[in-house]
Amino acid sequence: MSASHRFNFGLRQVLLTILIVSCSAFTGVMANEQRGMEIAELRKAADTGWGDTEAAMLMILRNAQGQESVREIRFRSLEVIDDGDKALTIFDRPRDVSGTAFLSFSKALEPDLQWIYLPALRRVKRINSKNKSGPFMGSEFAFEDMTSFELEKYSFKYVGEDSIDGRAAFMVEQVPLDRNSGYTRQVVWVDQEHHYVLKIDFYDRKDALLKTLLLEDYRLYKDKFWRAHSSEMMNVQTEKSTQLIIDSIEFGVGLEDADFDSNKLRNVR
Amino acid sequence: MIQQLSGTTLWCLITLMFASHINAQEFELGGEAGIEQRYFLEDALLPDQERTQGSIYLQPEFFFNWNDGDDRLVIKPFTRLDQHDSERSHADLREFHWLHQSRDWEFVAGISKVFWGQTESLHLVDIINQTDYVEAVDGEDKLGQPMLNFSYFSNYGRFSAFVLPYFRERTFASLDGRVTPPFIFDTDNPLYASSSEENNIDYALRWQYTSGDWELGFSYFAGTNRDPYLAEGFDPETNRLVLQPYYSQIQQVGIDVLAVVDAWLFKVEGIYRQDEEENVPLALQDVVVDTFFAAVVGFEYTSVGIFDSQYDLGWLVEYQFDERDQTAFVFGQNDLMIGLRFIVNDIDGTEVLIGLVQDLEDSGSYTGFLEASSRITDQWRWKLDGYFFASEQLVDPLYFLRREDFVQFTLEYYF
Repeated sequence: MSASHRFNFGLRQVLLTILIVSCSAFTGVMANEQRGMEIAELRKAADTGWGDTEAAMLMILRNAQGQESVREIRFRSLEVIDDGDKALTIFDRPRDVSGTAFLSFSKALEPDLQWIYLPALRRVKRINSKNKSGPFMGSEFAFEDMTSFELEKYSFKYVGEDSIDGRAAFMVEQVPLDRNSGYTRQVVWVDQEHHYVLKIDFYDRKDALLKTLLLEDYRLYKDKFWRAHSSEMMNVQTEKSTQLIIDSIEFGVGLEDADFDSNKLRNVR
Repeated sequence: MIQQLSGTTLWCLITLMFASHINAQEFELGGEAGIEQRYFLEDALLPDQERTQGSIYLQPEFFFNWNDGDDRLVIKPFTRLDQHDSERSHADLREFHWLHQSRDWEFVAGISKVFWGQTESLHLVDIINQTDYVEAVDGEDKLGQPMLNFSYFSNYGRFSAFVLPYFRERTFASLDGRVTPPFIFDTDNPLYASSSEENNIDYALRWQYTSGDWELGFSYFAGTNRDPYLAEGFDPETNRLVLQPYYSQIQQVGIDVLAVVDAWLFKVEGIYRQDEEENVPLALQDVVVDTFFAAVVGFEYTSVGIFDSQYDLGWLVEYQFDERDQTAFVFGQNDLMIGLRFIVNDIDGTEVLIGLVQDLEDSGSYTGFLEASSRITDQWRWKLDGYFFASEQLVDPLYFLRREDFVQFTLEYYF
């Protein structure tokens, strides 16, 4: 009887201990997820309300041997509140693709809507964007890396603090909810003061480190919006890299929905 | 052609606007030039035709804009010089128009190019511009079309109306050239159903709409048939068969649809054409049909990053159907196209497309094709094209091209 009681008591104690330990672990996980989400919200809030921009950019592609190829693009974007943004990319260089225009409507969880205008044929073609992991213009940026940051796209977890070039950063792990993403997870370094992104590590489908994105030369626009004038994506597996440099950027140029119409793409210059 | 058009009031108007509003900052010059060499795999049907054919081409583009880009003038001449073929040595104004655009509408006056449709292997719906057939057998090259075009943009899509005051004849290779049947095309004496001949005024309407995963187009055309019928005759001077193009008057409705479903793109094009059957030459009495239906149905599927690589592989499958019997330009009565597109995703933008169009009623009749290209430097690109024709039956239009298999290498320079 007593042995049985003792045993029962022991079991109860063990169960209770397990419960307490797992609960605190669980609340710890909960707390980290909560914290991750809060940082992501700060990041999003810091980049909300910019309206529309037009930028001239250089894309420098480098292979493992250090050979370079330069692309010139113009990038127009329109902020869409509560949905992904609209973006229009116009290619000026290399000359054989000059005049080609790429229009995309980012979506949080559904596939994006994408069209390409081919000037030689005067033809606008719809592109299937179900698979977002393909490279953008032969670069180390995937299509999904070029779309806008939306909270609905990921689950978040706070994983610690770090500093990058002397700037204090929160580290947040974000897991893409889209099954067609090329990544299992991304680790994002978010600046503690201004809440912009300093660095992202991208992990491939086998959870091996694939690429590292470094964002530098941040400049402030309209007293509120920070833009990195250099974004360098380094593929650690192939040793190829792509650097995206903003040559000039203008806010509030008066772009509207009508400027992002697939039926008007043939007039884009 | 160029002389005929440059005389009209329209050009005077454009020149005036151009002269009074342009300054140097709003001018851009671009374009391309190239050198092309064809090699034919077999001896030709005619003794005078060569196994090799070289040519050069130039296509500059002069672009002017004013009113913050709302007004534009585009001038895009094209010219090719061919080593053997006097018909393939030709010049054309691909574009020479004034465009005015505003938020909800645009207006185009002059020579321009318009593309309609969704499919890859055949462009049934695309009817505004005539095919520049001496340029390439795939029919993708078009002649400039004089037009007045008004388009209105709304939440319900793009509505366009066209008035086409002048008709362009299809171009054909001469017998000194290749990739052509061994007959003389009497392009100097075309026949028309319309008494106004090439000055018949044609009209067209189009509605084009995008809604989420759907792209939809409806079109209507009334006027001169872009596809000529070929009336057989006899040339007493050369003792050869002569084909005289006959351009009938038609009305055509077209529909084109694209649907994005998961990782697939489904594409459909269909036309219903009614021929007025006026002034039909005797030799074509039994050939010209009063009405017919034709369609292309297919899909495109792309696997991104095959075998854990950076490469993409795309599948293109299209079925072609046409109610008409086989005549010179009706290849796809009951044919299947299967294509494979390989995209390397490298810095040079390397792409390879191979494919086959197979006649489902005659296993011996098919066309194979190859298109490959890659960048050499920022301004140079190479291109390799190949066409392979097979046919054993005299009634098949492909029969006359059965020995025209060729590969073609082009060096393109962009500026």
